[in-house]
Amino acid sequence: MATLVIAEHDNAGLKGATLNAVTAAQKIGNPIHVLVAGSACSAVAEAAAKIAGVEKVRVADAAHYTHPLAENLAALVVALAPGYSHILAAATTTGKNFMPRVAALLDVAQVSDIVSVVSADVFVRPIYAGNALATVQSSDAVKVVTVRTTGFDAAAANGGSATVEVVQAGADSGLAKLLGQELTKSARPELTAARIIVSGGRGMGSGENFKILEALADKLGAAVGASRAAVDSGFVPNDYQVGQTGKVVAPDLYIAVGISGAIQHLAGMKDSKVIVAINKDGEAPIFQIADYGLVGDLFQLVPELTGQL
Amino acid sequence: MKVLVPVKRVVDYNVKVRVKADGTGVETANVKMSMNPFDEIACEEAVRLKEAGVVTEIIAVSVGPAQAQETLRTALAIGADRAILVETAAEVQPLAVAKILKAIVQKESPQLVLLGKQAIDDDSNQTGQMLAALLGWSQATFASKVKIADGGAEVTREVDGGLETISIKLPAIVTTDLRLNEPRYVTLPNIMKAKKKTLDIAKPEELGVDVTPRLKTLKVEEPAKRKGGVMVKDVAELVTKLKNEAKVI
Repeated sequence: MATLVIAEHDNAGLKGATLNAVTAAQKIGNPIHVLVAGSACSAVAEAAAKIAGVEKVRVADAAHYTHPLAENLAALVVALAPGYSHILAAATTTGKNFMPRVAALLDVAQVSDIVSVVSADVFVRPIYAGNALATVQSSDAVKVVTVRTTGFDAAAANGGSATVEVVQAGADSGLAKLLGQELTKSARPELTAARIIVSGGRGMGSGENFKILEALADKLGAAVGASRAAVDSGFVPNDYQVGQTGKVVAPDLYIAVGISGAIQHLAGMKDSKVIVAINKDGEAPIFQIADYGLVGDLFQLVPELTGQL
Repeated sequence: MKVLVPVKRVVDYNVKVRVKADGTGVETANVKMSMNPFDEIACEEAVRLKEAGVVTEIIAVSVGPAQAQETLRTALAIGADRAILVETAAEVQPLAVAKILKAIVQKESPQLVLLGKQAIDDDSNQTGQMLAALLGWSQATFASKVKIADGGAEVTREVDGGLETISIKLPAIVTTDLRLNEPRYVTLPNIMKAKKKTLDIAKPEELGVDVTPRLKTLKVEEPAKRKGGVMVKDVAELVTKLKNEAKVI
């Protein structure tokens, strides 16, 4: 039996989250196959074939896979499911969208958002926004699993030499179609893949003031994030949000600026290796989890920090 | 058209949960319970669609213990027209909930099922998608905007890179994200009115659904606590520590 990992990509390149899912698959221990469903996606298939530890890449190329619509993608995965003991995808908004559909069509449970593989049928997953960790055992013949990317290191993107095989595309369900996307354009790294994140909260006061964070981020080669309070106040778009209902991140360095440290926010960043908090309120809960705390006026301290780097 | 709004009774989002000493779960005795916040947003959206004349009837449904009647009364107070409780004291996992909801959908024939993207207790984020799969319906998850027109829906979704808008055919499942709306406060007159609305009770067996869990929880534990660190006096000290002690820059 093998493990099938569903690749996440934009038809031009493989998304980093796929590499974390491959590492989770390696821990399960079976041979690893990667499914690339897309349109004119041969570059992605080539990249997937180079991932260390991947045995076979299966490619389904059709116009209706250009965008990963859940109805079409789930049907394809279900058609390919026989022969696999495990089906994995990263727990991104894409994976979360189509994977439960796969599980239901196979009449099996899904194990969501795992952070650890104990054995081939036992996994650890956070519940209650990460305030508890549950160890669960699946009794189903096929394990459908989504992988929290911060729980697993990225597999090496090079060194593999998997075979590439074309598989038959399924029919277009015709149930859904993409009308448009408003993706945030940024030259900075993606939040979930960044090694350093500079994040701003309500204390920033306005979207305009995020400029000082951006200057710091550019100096560090960091991504820019935000708390829910900053997003709800309209300072920055919602995809900046780090937290329980936003993105879960675990960079090497997380600099929280003007963020008080609501449980909601901590759930999204407390696994960062080093946390720095800059806040004018010395009693703010963020200081209880920060490795380094600095109390003072962020509008003075942040530019000073940028200047000293 | 009819709308079905599934709601779940969960530990209130303000409660700091405690893991039970024996590691079998989290403490839920004598803890404040409320409607899952994402389901509340789903209720509100259904009521707004009714106020806009798009929806004619809203049916709230819950799967859970007898006390979930309170959650359903909240849904009725927000503006649902009637409610159904599928009563069971057993743990019901997302696949089984989806099967129960499928049976209810087949009985009630709604054109739209609006529900929260995930429950804040088990954080599974599965039920809506599973229901869509079992019914063979289209789905739009993580909705931040919903527009119903001409036998379809245009839904703006919150995705990792930003926003995307998809068009789906009805009947469909839509799961709600935080920014779809801000639920109204429930007023006393509406709470009184809700008490008079119909609340039917069914059992999973009557719907022909086997709710045996597929996942067995072996243990529940608290995550490793993060220790607080040190306060630095100025930017220069911070930079030195980050360079020499933490070695992250």
